[in-house]
Amino acid sequence: MSARRRRRAAAEEEEEEEEEEEAAEAGSDKEVDLEERLRELDLRSDSDIPDVPPPTDSTPEILKRALSGLSARWKNWWIRGILSLAMISGFFLVIYLGSFMLMLLVLSIQVKCYHEIITIGYRVYHSYDLPWFRSLSWYFLLCVNYFFYGETVADYFATFVQRREQLQFLIRYHRFISFALYLTGFCMFVLSLVKKHYRLQFYMFAWTHVTLLITVTQSHLVIQNLFEGMIWFLVPISSVICNDITAYIFGFFFGRTPLIKLSPKKTWEGFIGGFFSTVVFGFIFSYFLAQHQYFVCPVEYNSETNRFVTECEPSELFQMKKYSVPPLLQAVLGWETVNMYPFQMHSFALSTFASLIGPFGGFFASGFKRAFKIKDFADTIPGHGGIMDRFDCQYLMATFVHVYITSFIRGPNPSKLLKQLLILQPEQQLSVYKTLKSHLVEKGILQPSLRG
Amino acid sequence: LQESESENKLDGETASDSESKSDFGGSSPAPTSDDTPEVLNRALSNLSSRWKNWWVRGILTLAMITFFFIIIYLGPMVLMTIVMCVQIKCFHEIITIGYNVYHSYDLPWFRTLSWYFLLCVNYFFYGETVTDYFFTLVQREEPLRILSKYHRFISFALYLTGFCMFVLSLVKKHYRLQFYMFGWTHVTLLIVVTQSHLIIHNLFEGMIWFIVPISCVICNDIMAYMFGFFFGRTPLIKLSPKKTWEGFIGGFFSTVLFGLLLSYVMSGYRCFTCPVEFNNDTNSFTVDCEPSELFQLHEYNIPVLLQSVVGWKTVRMYPFQIHSIALSTFASLIGPFGGFFASGFKRAFKIKDFANTIPGHGGIMDRFDCQYLMATFVNVYIASFIRGPNPSKLIQQFLTLRPDQQLHIFNTLKAHLVDRGILGSLEDA
Repeated sequence: MSARRRRRAAAEEEEEEEEEEEAAEAGSDKEVDLEERLRELDLRSDSDIPDVPPPTDSTPEILKRALSGLSARWKNWWIRGILSLAMISGFFLVIYLGSFMLMLLVLSIQVKCYHEIITIGYRVYHSYDLPWFRSLSWYFLLCVNYFFYGETVADYFATFVQRREQLQFLIRYHRFISFALYLTGFCMFVLSLVKKHYRLQFYMFAWTHVTLLITVTQSHLVIQNLFEGMIWFLVPISSVICNDITAYIFGFFFGRTPLIKLSPKKTWEGFIGGFFSTVVFGFIFSYFLAQHQYFVCPVEYNSETNRFVTECEPSELFQMKKYSVPPLLQAVLGWETVNMYPFQMHSFALSTFASLIGPFGGFFASGFKRAFKIKDFADTIPGHGGIMDRFDCQYLMATFVHVYITSFIRGPNPSKLLKQLLILQPEQQLSVYKTLKSHLVEKGILQPSLRG
Repeated sequence: LQESESENKLDGETASDSESKSDFGGSSPAPTSDDTPEVLNRALSNLSSRWKNWWVRGILTLAMITFFFIIIYLGPMVLMTIVMCVQIKCFHEIITIGYNVYHSYDLPWFRTLSWYFLLCVNYFFYGETVTDYFFTLVQREEPLRILSKYHRFISFALYLTGFCMFVLSLVKKHYRLQFYMFGWTHVTLLIVVTQSHLIIHNLFEGMIWFIVPISCVICNDIMAYMFGFFFGRTPLIKLSPKKTWEGFIGGFFSTVLFGLLLSYVMSGYRCFTCPVEFNNDTNSFTVDCEPSELFQLHEYNIPVLLQSVVGWKTVRMYPFQIHSIALSTFASLIGPFGGFFASGFKRAFKIKDFANTIPGHGGIMDRFDCQYLMATFVNVYIASFIRGPNPSKLIQQFLTLRPDQQLHIFNTLKAHLVDRGILGSLEDA
C-alpha cells in the first residue's frame, strides 16, 4: 500500500494538479469510475464544435433580383462591391454629421462586436441556457463602458460637469463607484455557480473578460483618438480599409506566392502591393485633410452652445513646411524641396503599421474562426460576414495610434493637469509652485524680475 | 481499496478548507504528495493523523506569519521583491493548471510565449511605477530618461512582438488549444499581475496600507475557521460546504476589532505611516516624514448609544482607525468571495489545490486567493478617499508641456494660491 503511495507520489512530482490523469498514466489499479471521470475531464474534446449551419443568405431581395442574371461568382463580387460602397458612403455621411454621431457609431459597433463574439462563445459551449449568464455578460459590458466613459467624459466635458452637483459627486468618486459596480457583478457570478456547470461558467466568465479587453478598450482608444482631432481617427481607419482593398486587388491580379498557411488566399504580392499603395494613399489623403480645420482641430465641447466644436489655431503639425528632398530622390523627382505637412510624415508611420502589422489582427481573427470552425463571425453584412469581420484588422490600429499620439505627439492634457493641481493639499501646491517657478525661470520662460 | 479510501478522506483534510467530500462521491481524488519535511513527520509521528494535520497546518501558519514579520522588518525593497516572487509563482501555478487541463504542455512556443507576456506586462507596470516614484533618479540617467519618455511605445512594441509570434506559431491541428492558452494567459495576467502592482502602489503610500489589509484578510481566514470549528452549524454557501454563517459573522466582528487594534499600534510609528520615498543622495528608500492628519490622535465623541455600554464620553483615536473599519469590513464581507471564486475554479477543473508548494496548505495561490480583491479595493479606496494625485507625477507631466501652456498653468496656479491666501501677492515665494 505504501508502495502504491510512493508510486503515486513519484508520479505526482511531475504533474501536481491532475491526480486522476497521473493515476491513469501510471496504468496501475484505478477504479472504473475514475476512468470515466478522466474521459470526462479530457478537455481537448471539451468544446465539440457543432456543425455550423450554412450561413443564412441575408442579401436583400432587391439585390438578388437585380443580379439574378449573372453567374454565381460575379454575383458575389457585385454584392461585396455594392456593400463596400454602401459602407464607405455611410462612413462619409457619419463624418459629415459630426463627432457626436461618430462617437455613437463607434459605441454601436463596439456593442455589436461584443455581441457577436459572446454569441460564438454560447454556441461553442452550448451554454446559452446557463443561469444568469446572458445578464452578467451585458452587465459587465455596461460596467466597463461606464468606467471608460466616466474617465473620458470627466476630462473633456470639464466645464459641463462643473455646473452640475450630482455629476460632481459621480466624477469625484468615479473609480470607487465603477469598482463597486464591477464587484457586484463578480459576486453575482460567484453566487450563480451551479454544481454541474462550474467549468462552463468559468469558461464563459473568461471569454467575457477577454472579449471586453479586446473590444471595449479598443473602442475607447478610438474615441480618445477622435478627440485629438478627426484626422487621427480618419487616416488610420482609411489606411486599414485601403490596405484591405488594395491587397485584395493586387492579390487578385498578381498573386502567386502564398503568405501564411493560416490564410491561404493572402499572397506576398498582395501584401507588398498593398503596403506601397497604402503609404501613397495615406500621404495623399493626409494632404487633403490637413487643410481643413474641421478635421485637424481637437474636438472640444462648448458649454454655451452645448455642442462639439472643432475650431482652433492649427498646430505646427498642420502647417506647411519646406522639406529638402534627399539627393537620391532628387534625381527621380526633379525637385529640390517640397512643401509638406509634418503630419504627412506621421501618416507614413501610420500607414506602415496598417499594412505590416494590421494584417496580423486579420490572421488572428482567421485563426480564431478556424479554431472554432466558423466561417464568419455573424451574418450582419451580406457578402462580408459580421461587423467583427470588417473590424478585425482595426483591432491593433487603434491602440497603436493612441500610443503613438501619447508618445510622440501631444503631451498630457493641460486642463486635466490643472484640475489635478487644484485638488492637491495647500502645502503640496506651494511646493509644486516653487518647483515650477524655478524651472520656468531656469528656462527663461519666466523673467525673475517680473513676477509672472 | 477501503484503506485507500479512508486514507484519501483523511488526506482530504490537509488541503484547503473548501474541500468537500460529498462532491467527489465515492472516488475521492488521490492524496496530495506528502512533502511535509521529515523533521515534522518524525516529531508528530505519534499523534493520530487528524491532529497531525492540524499541527502541520498550525506550524506552517506560524512559519509564514513569522516570515511575514521578518520581511517587514527588512524594509520596502525586500517587500517589493517578495511581492514580485509571489506574483511569478502564482502565475506559474495557474498556467501549469492550464497546461494540465488542456494537455497542452507540448504546444509549440507556448511556454516561451506565456513567460514573454508576463515579462512584457511586468516591464510596463514597473516602468510606470519607476517613472512615478523615482522621478529624479530617472531624470539623471540618460538611458533611463529615454526609456521612460517612450515607455508606453516600447512596452506596446514588445507586446506586439509577442502577439505576432503567437499568430505565426498557430499550428493547423492545435488552433483551438492555442487560442485557449492565449486566453488563459491573458486572464491570468489580468488577475495576478495587476493585483501585485496595485499592492506595490499601496506599499508606496505607506507600509500600513500594505500590512493592515493583508493582516485583516489573514485574520478573517483564521477567525472564521475557528468560529466555524467551535460554533459552526448553518452552511453558508453550497460552493464551500465547510464555511458557516457563524464562522462568517464571528470572523467579521473579530477582524474589525483586530483591524482597530492593529491600526492603533501601527499608527504610532513613522516607519509604517510615512510614504516610501527614494532618497537621491543616499540611493536608498527612506520612510521619514511629518505624519499626516490621518495619523494624529483626535478626540471623537462616542455616539450616545455606545456611551452607556463603554462608559466613556470621548475617545482618542487615529482617523486611520475609522478607515481600518472600512478595510476590515471589506476583508470579511467581500474578500471571501475571492475564496469562493477560487473554490469554484478548483471544482470546475477538479483539482484539490493549486499546487503543493506549502505543506498542509497547498499552493501559494491557495493562500492568496482572498487577497485578490483586497489589493484592488485598497488602491481604489486610497485613490478615491485619501490621497490626491501624486505631486511629482504632476511636475513630470508639466515639464513635457509647451512653454505657453506651462506659463498659463503657472499663472492660474499662482492666482489660485493668492486667492486662497496661501501665497501673499507681495511675497516673492
